[in-house]
Amino acid sequence: MSNRRSSSTQSGTPSRITDDQMIELVSKLRQLLPEIRSSRSDKVSASKVLQETCSYIRSLHREVADLSERLSQLLSTVDADSAEAAIIRSLIM
Amino acid sequence: MAPEDPVTMSPLPTPSLRTKISRRFIESLVKIRASRDAATGGNIRKRAQRIKIAAYSSMARVTGSRRAWSRALLAKLRSRAKRRRHLQNQRRLGLKRKRAGSRNMVLNEVSRANELRRLVPGGKSMDLCNLLEETSHFIQCLTAQVKVMQSIADQYSV
Repeated sequence: MSNRRSSSTQSGTPSRITDDQMIELVSKLRQLLPEIRSSRSDKVSASKVLQETCSYIRSLHREVADLSERLSQLLSTVDADSAEAAIIRSLIM
Repeated sequence: MAPEDPVTMSPLPTPSLRTKISRRFIESLVKIRASRDAATGGNIRKRAQRIKIAAYSSMARVTGSRRAWSRALLAKLRSRAKRRRHLQNQRRLGLKRKRAGSRNMVLNEVSRANELRRLVPGGKSMDLCNLLEETSHFIQCLTAQVKVMQSIADQYSV
């Protein structure tokens, strides 16, 4: 995906996105990704960053689903008193 | 106006994102837990679905209307809840209608950005610049939500 292409002025569109803005946003995004963060800076293409971002978001969604299952199981096995204590403890952590 | 410590009069640290999400999410968990259904496999799965919805709801509500993704997510959750209630009523009255034919999906070559648009709530109508901004914040909140759920699960497992 080419994002070096500067957007040509069209009627009614917002201000053109500069290459610098794109680079800044892409690097900001890169900071949030677990794997790419440690690799050599400026050598990762924007396309790769977007790809990693998509798979990272998908893995986060999967984690939410798995954790929901796990919490549902745990809610039924834990008795009331220790549950409240666990809740308070997790709030303080 | 930042809240102040009444004793020292120095500004209190604003609660972190994780704390805010924890509060909302735990409120929901307490409500979900209050419904004392038998712990059957079916009920556990149904409850897991409710917990999942509560998770997305917490992170969206903490963010409020400040972000396009949270607005889109809140709207989606609201319309889903409405549709579920509507379907339940229709089933009760025996009126469940067949869904209208699904839209024609034109198979384009999907660029990476379009893939991202599908993953981020509200992404379809954003320009690329905003999409990346929203994605960044969305990932921060989603990560915080996952960490909150992990620590609660770990606490329960002790």
